[in-house]
Amino acid sequence: MVEPKKNIMPVQPPEARAKNFNEVALGYSEEVAVAEAARCLNCKNQPCVSGCPVNIRIPEFIQKIKTRDFEGAYGVLSETSSLPAVCGRVCPQETQCESKCTLGIKFEPVGIGRLERFAADWHNSHSQKAPAAKQCNGHKVAVVGSGPSGLTCAGDLAKKGYKVIVFEALHTAGGVLVYGIPEFRLPKTIVAKEVDTLKQLGVDFQTNVVIGKTLTVDELFEDGFEAVFIGSGAGLPNFMGIAGEALKGVYSANEFLTRSNLMNAYKDNSDTPIMKNCRFAVVGGGNVAMDAARTALRLGAQKVYIVYRRSMAELPARKEEVEHAEEEGIEFKILCNPVEILGDLNSGFVTGVKCIKMELGEPDAKGRRRPVPVEGSEFVLDVDCVIMAIGTSPNPLIKDTTNGLEVNARGGIIVNESGLTSRKGVFAGGDAVTGAATVISAMGAGKTAAKAIDEYILNK
Amino acid sequence: MYKIVRRKNLNPTVTQMEIEAPLVAKKAKAGQFIILRADGDGERIPLTVAGANAKEGTVKIIFQIVGATTEKLNAKNAGEFISDFVGPLGKPTHIDGLKKVCVIGGGVGCAIAMPVAQALHAQGTEVTSIVGFRNKDLLILEDEFKACSSKLEVMTDDGSYGRHGNVTMPLKEMLEAGEKFDEIIAIGPLVMMKFVTLTAKPYGVPVTVSMNPIMIDGTGMCGGCRLTLNRDGKKITEFACVDGPDFNGYEVDFDEAMSRGRAYFDFERKAHEKACNLLKKGGNE
Repeated sequence: MVEPKKNIMPVQPPEARAKNFNEVALGYSEEVAVAEAARCLNCKNQPCVSGCPVNIRIPEFIQKIKTRDFEGAYGVLSETSSLPAVCGRVCPQETQCESKCTLGIKFEPVGIGRLERFAADWHNSHSQKAPAAKQCNGHKVAVVGSGPSGLTCAGDLAKKGYKVIVFEALHTAGGVLVYGIPEFRLPKTIVAKEVDTLKQLGVDFQTNVVIGKTLTVDELFEDGFEAVFIGSGAGLPNFMGIAGEALKGVYSANEFLTRSNLMNAYKDNSDTPIMKNCRFAVVGGGNVAMDAARTALRLGAQKVYIVYRRSMAELPARKEEVEHAEEEGIEFKILCNPVEILGDLNSGFVTGVKCIKMELGEPDAKGRRRPVPVEGSEFVLDVDCVIMAIGTSPNPLIKDTTNGLEVNARGGIIVNESGLTSRKGVFAGGDAVTGAATVISAMGAGKTAAKAIDEYILNK
Repeated sequence: MYKIVRRKNLNPTVTQMEIEAPLVAKKAKAGQFIILRADGDGERIPLTVAGANAKEGTVKIIFQIVGATTEKLNAKNAGEFISDFVGPLGKPTHIDGLKKVCVIGGGVGCAIAMPVAQALHAQGTEVTSIVGFRNKDLLILEDEFKACSSKLEVMTDDGSYGRHGNVTMPLKEMLEAGEKFDEIIAIGPLVMMKFVTLTAKPYGVPVTVSMNPIMIDGTGMCGGCRLTLNRDGKKITEFACVDGPDFNGYEVDFDEAMSRGRAYFDFERKAHEKACNLLKKGGNE
């Protein structure tokens, strides 16, 4: 008889976690992990695998957990995923692997993400074994950006014997995993551990190098790199274009999260200034909006609103993140949209945000019902800080300095199904191609490109 | 880690350093900037490049001690290291085709104006320089400006050196007298750049200003350095880090930029005091 529900993930109680930056979800114990693994039906057709962008052999690793071969489970994971401890935490499993789980037809699906995290954490805390660097095959590949797509591409190529150098514009490797996703959802030590694993595989990291400025893609080829992978992400923050966005107290989510995460403003005595102890409105409904809102709360906010123009049903953020945010006391102002940010003329600081109520009209091209303003319904939300979390666009620095690199209307680099761009030997993947998406889809793109780069160099 | 090859105190509050950063030295052009972190848990601060020696692989920076980070940076000696140094960022100052230019520097902004004047001089442009300081003790780079300018005016706010007054005085006199500049390039405090722009306006001379707002990454990612520009009757937003740092002075909303520059005034003042106290303590032991 199968347990109808997933084993519960232990979490810090909301009232405690809203005041600290420690991880919210605490992870399964060995006993609970084994019990959860026992729920897997190990079905022959393995629908879950097709729901995973990198096709992790899910039933296989789960069976290993069931038989308490935890290191073996990690071994299966690491064959297809270079960042299992990261994916186990931030993947939207509910719309990927778990949505295909046979058990999910009648009951709750197997907690695949929780089991992935368990196996990766078990390995990280028990295994001292450093992965052996492969004998170098004499070919050099440059990877631009050290976010999820770059790390994956670098890892896969290093495992094949390539000499890989990763160029990172910021001072720490990890990309969005270190500047964007907050500590309470993805501890920095976990990202650092994944980066260290790649270093042990022989990957070199050069931080403080901006490709497009410090070096160009053409110069990389002159320096003897045979192929270049661009995983530079979608870094440019979007603003709404409404009055008052230049007031002090208006942040892009990128700036707010970078100040807190990468620049450590979340720690006491940090050199990095950030607005806190005030009332926040976070505009947007995605995971980044949830991260910004929950970060503001932990920094000591008096009040945090999420301002979203559609209804709860359309929130693009993961359900779990929305639930966590609600439990922690974040108030959702749904069906409303900012029209103007109000400020004090003398001080130049925000004093409020004027919003208009919305109602849902006809579905748009993506099938989401289009929000329509309700005339005369304006009201003012009393806040002193506004965070814009309404999406990002690909960074044009590389496009502007690389001849023959074609991009689409939104600035995304155009690639074929194997990640090849319009330039010979130049591959790309992740948000730099798609615009803001998920960690796992970026990893999938890094993986695809690594395979294509290997074939390209071998057939040269 | 990036080595401090040489350092020199230009005046009691302004320090010059040459940092070993070969990739940056090879590329840096007048008008571009770098971002540095003095140590592992420090802030990222943007500083405009004051010169680059590609052969030696060094980049010259000149900074004023204004906050906690510059205080910590200033405490380092030649032979020591700073943890991060990235660049060159932003677009170089546009100097192609200019025949006659007035370069105006205010205070530590002269450190940035100087390489622009040098680059102009090197391409055969006739350079008139006007530099302004609060007083004689704060004067920097006079000889360097002399060497690349056909005419140099030094101004001090208190009259302790050069002429008494601010940089707009000689500018107005020259424009009144019929001097025809292709362009005025002004680099210094926001209020100075604002008034240079206002002074030049009646004469229709193009004015380029160099903006140095608060920023984090310097690659377009944080949006903290955004400026409002009035272009063709429309308000538009641009990022100083990737669209600048040079802008058309007539388009910049200086008042807004001044307000944004003071966003963390209280925090910075406290951090500065803390850093001063720490360094003082260190010195006494």
